[in-house]
Amino acid sequence: MWRDAALVAGRDLRVELRSRVTVNQVAPFALLVLVLFAFALDPDRQLLERVASGLFWTAVLFSALLAIARSAAIDETDGVRDALRLSGLDPAGVFVGKAAAVAAELLVLEVLLGVGVVVLYGADPTGVGLLVLASVAATAAVAATGTLYGALVSGLRVRETLLPLVLLPVLAPVLIGATRAWEAALAGAPADGWPWCGLLAAFAVLYSVAGALAYGTLLEGS
Amino acid sequence: MEPVVHLRAAVALLGRFPALAGIDLDVARGEIVLLRGPNGAGKTTLLRACAGLVPVVRGEATVLGCDLRRDPRRVRPRVGLLGHAAGLFDDLTVADNVQFWGRACGAEAADREAAMALVGIDGRLRNVAVSRLSAGQRRRTSLACLLARRPELWLLDEPHAGLDHETRDQLDALVGQAVAQGATVVMASHELDRAQALAHRVVELVGGTTDHGATATAPVEPTPAAPTPGSATTESPEITHVA
Repeated sequence: MWRDAALVAGRDLRVELRSRVTVNQVAPFALLVLVLFAFALDPDRQLLERVASGLFWTAVLFSALLAIARSAAIDETDGVRDALRLSGLDPAGVFVGKAAAVAAELLVLEVLLGVGVVVLYGADPTGVGLLVLASVAATAAVAATGTLYGALVSGLRVRETLLPLVLLPVLAPVLIGATRAWEAALAGAPADGWPWCGLLAAFAVLYSVAGALAYGTLLEGS
Repeated sequence: MEPVVHLRAAVALLGRFPALAGIDLDVARGEIVLLRGPNGAGKTTLLRACAGLVPVVRGEATVLGCDLRRDPRRVRPRVGLLGHAAGLFDDLTVADNVQFWGRACGAEAADREAAMALVGIDGRLRNVAVSRLSAGQRRRTSLACLLARRPELWLLDEPHAGLDHETRDQLDALVGQAVAQGATVVMASHELDRAQALAHRVVELVGGTTDHGATATAPVEPTPAAPTPGSATTESPEITHVA
């Protein structure tokens, strides 16, 4: 399974490197969201600083929708799904590989957005350990859940519009947990953030296992 | 010897429509069988069913010793399907695509390189993105992906479509070589002159139904030597009516 996962992750990342969709579209979109939030709340600099965590993770989720839709689309084109079914690749490996590629893209994006939050919102990045671990856990949760739901709606004509509708409510606990963990870290009270970090990790594990188990059936059914 | 493909009264549904409504077919190892019939006759569905992609819901269906009704996934790594869709990633290069699909089925690096060389995409084309290829070049790339798999059963759906004359000859030669090395080929084509010259036997499908009386004909013994473009037999292959 791990060999297949590495193969699929490498392919998805190579597709992204060649197409530059993340660099040219997703990253500018994420930064634009941050800038628009800043414009909307600009008169109150203190408010911006206070809600920086929530705005950061909202921007990440919106950007993740684009990355997840793009990841699902890679396997939708021109008979690729049939070729995947014929390839003998372990469906669990395909799931893990796709989720890992999405997670890698999101982590790069989060570094960029993190710099944006510091520059635009004046956030003070203290509690780096909690910030990093909460980000990794939340990213894994978003990537696993997104890859699973991306496969769930693939094959439907309305998949582009349906994906946000079904995915965002499911990701609400991740948004809440990641925001609380970041708030605690930025406020210099990391002890308050670790339980949220644990929740994010549990969510990531739950959806990773569910995705690995269900992906084969979804690949057959869509 | 056990046939490579054994179907008896096989029924396959597309949604609720019986695209195969009781097909009988036996294909021996080393045979090249041409499926002939009008649009909607069930040729593509038959090929996809043999690949384990369309579930057979009734009757007997065994391919390469794998029971398609019990576990259609088991046969998949052992067959190669060249269908209407290319199954390629547009943003990746020709070499990337062949490497990925080759590695996915465990092909050695040498086999992947040889596959590209065999269809003539190992030169300047290897680093060209698939999105920039012509239809024929995409077809050749798909064929290289199939060759890298070294399948025991080749399932070719309109294999000559979109190819120039020279590449068609090349494809026929590759099919002949594969059969000489022990592979079996089932193909569907509307280009009957070329396909019939290549085939050992023709099976006619109409409306996905089977004329049980007409399929009693034994398959012809496959020719031991690979047919090449220059030496493709001009004799009419045996025709089995399945209608």
